[in-house]
Amino acid sequence: MPILAAICRQHMHLSWRSGQTVLAVSFLFIAITLLPFGLGPELKLLRALAPGLLWVVLAISLLTSLERLFQADYEDGSLDRLLLVPLAFEAVVLAKLLGHYLALVLPLIASVPLAGLLLNIEAARLPALVAAMLCGSPALVLAGGIGAALAVSVRRGGLLTVLIAMPFYVPVLIFGAAAARVSLETGLETGVAIGPYLGILAALSAASLLLAPFAIAAALRSALR
Amino acid sequence: MAEIENLFSKVQHSRDAVCRAEGLACVRGAMPVFEGVSFAVSSGQALCVRGANGSGKSSLLRQLAGLLPLAAGVLTPPELARNAHYLGHADGLKAALTIAETLAYDAALAGHGDGSALGDVAMRLGLAGRDWQFVADLSAGQKRRLTLARLVIDPRPLWLLDEPMTALDDAGCALVGTLAKAHLQSGGMIIAASHEALDFADAELLLGSEA
Repeated sequence: MPILAAICRQHMHLSWRSGQTVLAVSFLFIAITLLPFGLGPELKLLRALAPGLLWVVLAISLLTSLERLFQADYEDGSLDRLLLVPLAFEAVVLAKLLGHYLALVLPLIASVPLAGLLLNIEAARLPALVAAMLCGSPALVLAGGIGAALAVSVRRGGLLTVLIAMPFYVPVLIFGAAAARVSLETGLETGVAIGPYLGILAALSAASLLLAPFAIAAALRSALR
Repeated sequence: MAEIENLFSKVQHSRDAVCRAEGLACVRGAMPVFEGVSFAVSSGQALCVRGANGSGKSSLLRQLAGLLPLAAGVLTPPELARNAHYLGHADGLKAALTIAETLAYDAALAGHGDGSALGDVAMRLGLAGRDWQFVADLSAGQKRRLTLARLVIDPRPLWLLDEPMTALDDAGCALVGTLAKAHLQSGGMIIAASHEALDFADAELLLGSEA
């Protein structure tokens, strides 16, 4: 366990040190700042589109971060080393993904309320949106990890990573945006109304948690051959 | 160098351990690299793998580390790689970390988190007083010395060293020799690929000679 904690901490540390965290959060804010200029200054329109836009921007910032998830380790030999750690490689992979989640995805979700205000979203809808993102984002990271692992040995494999991961992002975005829409329509009983959507998002995350580490570990092992 | 010898004084590897390879073959990208490679290394012994460029020295070490599949042959014990250190061409160092952080991570990966003796290790490897220097700013030889820290921090019985003398100055080569001898004395095993003869090696394996 302390070894896995060290691997997770190391990933967070490097993600912060190399500016990945700052880059992803800046990307989110830049996109959100530019959107009103593209869509026009209509407050009602922005308000209606805001949850969907925030979901898409979150997904894209996450997708752009995937390329470096395993590639740096693959190129500098760290992956060889992680394979020789006397633990199940699947657990090592999970520790790295947890590090990625804590270092990158949580800061992104934490910036969503502020970014939402820039889009004129009602404050009352933010909790539902953030809850949906918290339920769905693990699936985004885990599915993205599969893409990153499959493309790890390809130079400039970022595009390939994104193409592999994208189909897995569709269900999460559909249910995430649906939860946001429902929270707009129901008002007071929001908690009850979006429950099923959060449940489905959490189920997608749980299923990815069960399957993705094995797929990622297998893909990385075969990449090293 | 006396301090370095003492590094392994508390470590005692099993004296009956034997690492045996029989009829190993390696294929890379449909091209056979070598076949019929057999050897045995027992506790306290070092094997130097030699051969021309492309004869498969690095591939053999990667096979022993479990990073490459065997095209044929048997390795015993099967859990060989679990007890091995593999130092290859890619050093696994992170340019964005300092020496102190790198050593702390090495210690954490080895499963002891206290890190109290790390300054001591740095001093013995000739990296004293550079704790806060970034790995990005180190020379190739200094990076090599830093990778040697893993061998010291996490005592594992089998060392797989790929060109251990690369980029090292005379003192650095002497350092590797001293580390290796201390490791062998405590019952460890070493398999090293090298172009020049290694003075700590007991036996040599020549790859690609039959052709």
